[in-house]
Amino acid sequence: MLFFKFLMNDVLSQPSVLVGLVALIGLLAQKKPVEQIITGTIKTIIGFLILSGGANIVVGSLSHFGTMFQKGFNITGVVPNNEAIVALAIQTIGSQTALIMACGMAVNILLARFTKFKYIWLTGHHTFYMACMLAAILLAAGFKGISLVVAGSILLGITMVIFPALAQPIMKQITGSEDVAFAHFGTIGYILSGYIGKYIGDKSKSTEDIKMPKGLTFLRDNTVAIGTTMMLVYVITALFAGKGYVEKELSGGMNYLVFSILQALTFSAGVYVILAGVRMILGEIIPAFRGIALKIVPNAKPALDCPVVYPYAPTAVLIGFLSSFLAGIVGMFILIAMKATVIIPGVVPHFFCGATAGVFGNAMGGRRGAVIGSFAHGLLITFLPVWLMPVLGNLGFANTTFSDADFTVTGIITGNVARFFGSTGIYILIIVLLLVLFIPSFSKRYVDTAKSQKTV
Amino acid sequence: MKILVVCGSGLGSSFLIEMNIKKVLQELGLKAEVDHADLGSAKGSGADILVGTRDIAVQLYDIGSEVVSLDNMIDIESMKTKLIEAIDKLKK
Repeated sequence: MLFFKFLMNDVLSQPSVLVGLVALIGLLAQKKPVEQIITGTIKTIIGFLILSGGANIVVGSLSHFGTMFQKGFNITGVVPNNEAIVALAIQTIGSQTALIMACGMAVNILLARFTKFKYIWLTGHHTFYMACMLAAILLAAGFKGISLVVAGSILLGITMVIFPALAQPIMKQITGSEDVAFAHFGTIGYILSGYIGKYIGDKSKSTEDIKMPKGLTFLRDNTVAIGTTMMLVYVITALFAGKGYVEKELSGGMNYLVFSILQALTFSAGVYVILAGVRMILGEIIPAFRGIALKIVPNAKPALDCPVVYPYAPTAVLIGFLSSFLAGIVGMFILIAMKATVIIPGVVPHFFCGATAGVFGNAMGGRRGAVIGSFAHGLLITFLPVWLMPVLGNLGFANTTFSDADFTVTGIITGNVARFFGSTGIYILIIVLLLVLFIPSFSKRYVDTAKSQKTV
Repeated sequence: MKILVVCGSGLGSSFLIEMNIKKVLQELGLKAEVDHADLGSAKGSGADILVGTRDIAVQLYDIGSEVVSLDNMIDIESMKTKLIEAIDKLKK
């Protein structure tokens, strides 16, 4: 009994151990050899500890930025970055995040098995981030213990099939086949871009007929891209905060420009460390998830990370990034004018998500679709975080937040449902969403086609 | 032999390609250390073969390892052909 208590209170309350346990179960279920089970489990735990280390690096840099921005512009400035906010969050809600992630993946498998939505969400880092955001929102709404994990993991599992299902019609246009499904939590932005393209663009005038310089490909390197843009952002902020203030209050006498450049690069360094940690955490969990899911779900459709669409329209990738980023800058000035919380255009969300929005826009509406669609996407991911932050609880006061559209949309919806209708509201939301997934799966037409597929 | 799959942030697509490569190697009965990373970490990884989609691969050529450039992330057959080619080159 004493041992059980020790296990529950001192060992399993440690999120790193909990994540390691998830990996251990996955490895055991796959009947891996002993040495692989040991190395896999230990690496997963270390990955989690690396994540905490990265969070400490990022926090220092961000708090300096926040102070400078407040001083310089008299409003709050926020750098949206999924990695940074998740690394911060798991310091306090790591266990809840880990449990929601593990159970959410199981819900994904169940939904794929028993509904007509056969998507298996393989973008593991986004599963992790969504689990973390849901944990934060449900905690802020007063959920605790088992009800927190149950509600969180059902919601997570639902997002893991609903978003690929929403993207699928346009994915079919992009890839020309039904086999590839899409898994990246920016879907709302991409389909917005796609449908804007459809109404105002012309599909026949593709971006891929334009010749574009390839000079911007260096931005594909995350570390460099974050470092470069953050230097610009930090230096401008430091200029507004003033030499005297920065050197007296923050840098301890170091020249204010050198200080802000080093802080900007420190931010990038922190994100690099966090990415290494995330990679190590997922290293064992995702292959196990994939193996188990493909075994249990017949006709499973693996849903893949956003770069899967890039080769179909490399020029749209570039146009999408530029257009979305431009919208981010325009949006930032609008927020400054409104004296609202200012969202700094982050190069990572605009690159990965903007590029994808470009491809979706092009598939439905050619050049004009790519340009205007991804511009709309850029505005969307600038304004949505402002509405997300109030429902994030304590995390809403960090100088960073979630960026991609599905995180913010899911967060705003669940957060506000919880705020106005309490936990009952959340349970009703879950039931409605489950009905949306299950009802079409039992319609006569689907059952008939499913039967005929089996005989083929 | 060490194979490193590379993508922008080294989380999603490179991981997926890695899983596919491991499957292919197993089919072929070959043994290799396969890992995935972000673009910034590719240099200095000491990998014998670097794998990336076309848009990433253009930045891998000057590192000095054998490069496998994929036109399509999910086309396992063409990845297999290109990988075997690269492995054969290394053996020479």
